[in-house]
Amino acid sequence: MLGYIGRRILATIPVMAVVGLFVFSLLYFAPGDPAAIIAGDQATPDDVARIRATLGLDRPFLVRFWEWSWQILHGDLGTSIFTNLPVTTMIGQRVQPTVSLMLVTLVFAIVVAVPLGVVAAWKAGSLIDRLVMGLAVMGFSVPVFVVGYVLAYVFALELGWLPVQGYTPIEQGFWPWLSNLILPAVTLGLVYIALIARVTRATMLDVLQQDYVRTARAKGLSQGPVLFIHALKNAAVPIVTVIGIGIALLIGGAVVTETVFAIPGLGRLTVDAILRRDYPVIQGVVLLFSFVYVLVNLAIDLSYTLLDPRIRY
Amino acid sequence: MDRRTFLKGSAALGLAAPQIARPALAQGAKVLRFVPQANLANFDPIWGTQYVVRNAGTLVWDMLYGVDAQLKPQRQMVESEEVSGDKLTWTFRLRPGLKWHDGEPVLAKDVVASLTRWMARDPIGLMIRGIQDDLTATDDKTVQWRLKKPFPKLLYALGKTNAPMALMMPERIAKTDPFTQITEYVGSGPMKFVRNEWVPGARAVFETFTDYKPRDEPNSWLAGGKRMLVDRVEWVIMPDPATASAALQNGEVDWWENPISDLVPLLRKNSNLNVDIADPLGNVGSFRMNHLHPPFDNPKIRQAVMTAMSQEDYMRAIVGDDDSLWKKLPGFFTPGTPLYSEAGGDNVGKGDIKLGQKLLKEAGYKGEPVVCIVAQDQGITKAQGDITADLLKQMGFNVDFVATDWGTTGTRRASKAPPSQGGWNMFHTWHAGADCINPAGYPAVRASGDKAWFGWPNIPPVETAIAEWFDAADPAAEKAAIDKVNAAACEGVVYVPTGFFLGYQAWRKNVSGIVKGPIPFTWGVSKA
Repeated sequence: MLGYIGRRILATIPVMAVVGLFVFSLLYFAPGDPAAIIAGDQATPDDVARIRATLGLDRPFLVRFWEWSWQILHGDLGTSIFTNLPVTTMIGQRVQPTVSLMLVTLVFAIVVAVPLGVVAAWKAGSLIDRLVMGLAVMGFSVPVFVVGYVLAYVFALELGWLPVQGYTPIEQGFWPWLSNLILPAVTLGLVYIALIARVTRATMLDVLQQDYVRTARAKGLSQGPVLFIHALKNAAVPIVTVIGIGIALLIGGAVVTETVFAIPGLGRLTVDAILRRDYPVIQGVVLLFSFVYVLVNLAIDLSYTLLDPRIRY
Repeated sequence: MDRRTFLKGSAALGLAAPQIARPALAQGAKVLRFVPQANLANFDPIWGTQYVVRNAGTLVWDMLYGVDAQLKPQRQMVESEEVSGDKLTWTFRLRPGLKWHDGEPVLAKDVVASLTRWMARDPIGLMIRGIQDDLTATDDKTVQWRLKKPFPKLLYALGKTNAPMALMMPERIAKTDPFTQITEYVGSGPMKFVRNEWVPGARAVFETFTDYKPRDEPNSWLAGGKRMLVDRVEWVIMPDPATASAALQNGEVDWWENPISDLVPLLRKNSNLNVDIADPLGNVGSFRMNHLHPPFDNPKIRQAVMTAMSQEDYMRAIVGDDDSLWKKLPGFFTPGTPLYSEAGGDNVGKGDIKLGQKLLKEAGYKGEPVVCIVAQDQGITKAQGDITADLLKQMGFNVDFVATDWGTTGTRRASKAPPSQGGWNMFHTWHAGADCINPAGYPAVRASGDKAWFGWPNIPPVETAIAEWFDAADPAAEKAAIDKVNAAACEGVVYVPTGFFLGYQAWRKNVSGIVKGPIPFTWGVSKA
């Protein structure tokens, strides 16, 4: 097992190298010039050229790539062209909001979706099943920002129960932290509830047909233990896979939710950097996402060994 | 009891009322939460000339002079000034007691270094540098500036609102290369920048500088006493206008710099909010044609487009149905300002497509494609671009509509290559009215060919008239020169003005002292 883990971690190196080359090349050849954005509308072409030179953006591709790679190997993600802050600092400022939103969203989605999927499978073909699947379709179909606006209007503006926007670090109190995350987590979680519920239902339908489930019922077990201990545990592998994909998507894909609720997360950082052509930030964030995604996949693969004793590496 | 109060009371049984988080503050500290027009992505007002950087810069850094609401420069850091009889030597004496945020006194050598850095990046500053003989600190409180020829607009240049403003910094910071960002944010302005709470893209925080010595006069824009009546100002960046609107209504923020016009009716209905015009100097919409390449290298074709376009179409696309927010602009200078002119503007925006088609035919248009770059991520440029595309097609042009983003527009518009090789024929933008009140700091109206702004108009009568304005010694001479500028710019079509439009600002009723102006002036603003 340790050998397997070691091999997987070593395998991240070529993956990161390819991602690094790809994102660097993409930005190098993409249109747009951060020097022109920095210089502003009043600037002359000479001003823009001078800023470009100061930032080192006029040097050849290979020179710039080599320097950036050397920095990365020393743990330095570079400095933002615009803010002059280290990229690691900018990412560090945004990690807690993003991880917090991700965790609350996932907990909410799993706690709601898994039981819904189990019940839908148990009562397959019934009104409950159709209702759950109908809600799942809605969860996929309604745009995230529409859900966000409606929730903010009802629960923040009309009822005044929760704030409209912002993020409070957990060090300043659990409830202030959580109250800022409830609406965004519900907004974002609806899509994942839809996804997880459908996958849960599909795998549970398969498992509920198995002999050992029939045996468990024949032994006199009540429905609860049959569903949530015997059946669900055997249906867990695909469900955990989908949850893992969700984690990876949430890390960088919550841009719309972060924008609607003004949460200073990594998604917004990435989009702002792309629009400004802040190359070091874009490169640093993409590398981080790639690394985290690889680790998440590893964790998911390792979790299979807990869920299914037949799986060994 | 209304529904909301009842529900809130019920909720209070199980839920504590949430508050927007902020660090522990002294009891009774007054915090003003402001939603700015854009993200404060950097904080060097000489290196980065974005309006939002300028606005924040005025809180932290002070100026030798500042224009008042009549656009007249008034003393700010300066106690007195003298000018020699030949108008070639200016001597400025600093006010006593001025301090930097680090406690050090403001000295004349700081002013010299700051002006040197500013001149390297500002268009008027470059003109002054071109005629400068010497700029020295003759003692700790006195600056002497010797010129080779008189420059009547010197005090205006030092006090103007256009970016980059002549903001004063400690010498060690001001000696930073003007093309490199500063790394320290120490000024002598009424507020200090709280750097460790800055989250670019999310939040910027300023605290009152208790050692600031405001002038005795009442404040008026950048002039007079800059008295801070709150302890702390928090800039809360909110990219989504609907979120900002909801936050303002909910009391989570106090003041929103630029609500979109679609949301203004909703804000007006809220009895806790005030809504009013933000800046009486407004904005000038524009599209620019590339004078280097066909078809717009032909002035008659440019005039055909300028004649055919309807400014009402453009303005309604930008501001909607509120007629109080726009007016026609038969020229290039801001309405309501002393130098406003309509000279030669009879053919601007007549809205006559048939006449435009006729003029186009007479001009000999050969069907060359028109590469029209339209940034989709800026509401104003997108709205204008859609109108222009339709206008050109109706006139009979062969339109190549390039939908892109502002970052790409910024790069492509700098290209002088033929449109078919990565260049362009037309792009859209707009200018703050404060930048269009006179030719100083208004590169968009210059017509000096290669040295002009994007589009590179080469119209010598415009440049001659602008030179006359710079040399004009009295308001009548200035007005006469500007009339010539306007007429020549209309004749040659430096760019096409699409109209003059205003925007709103909104704030909660427990906040008072907010004034209309080109910058959201925070001094004099209090919160109950």
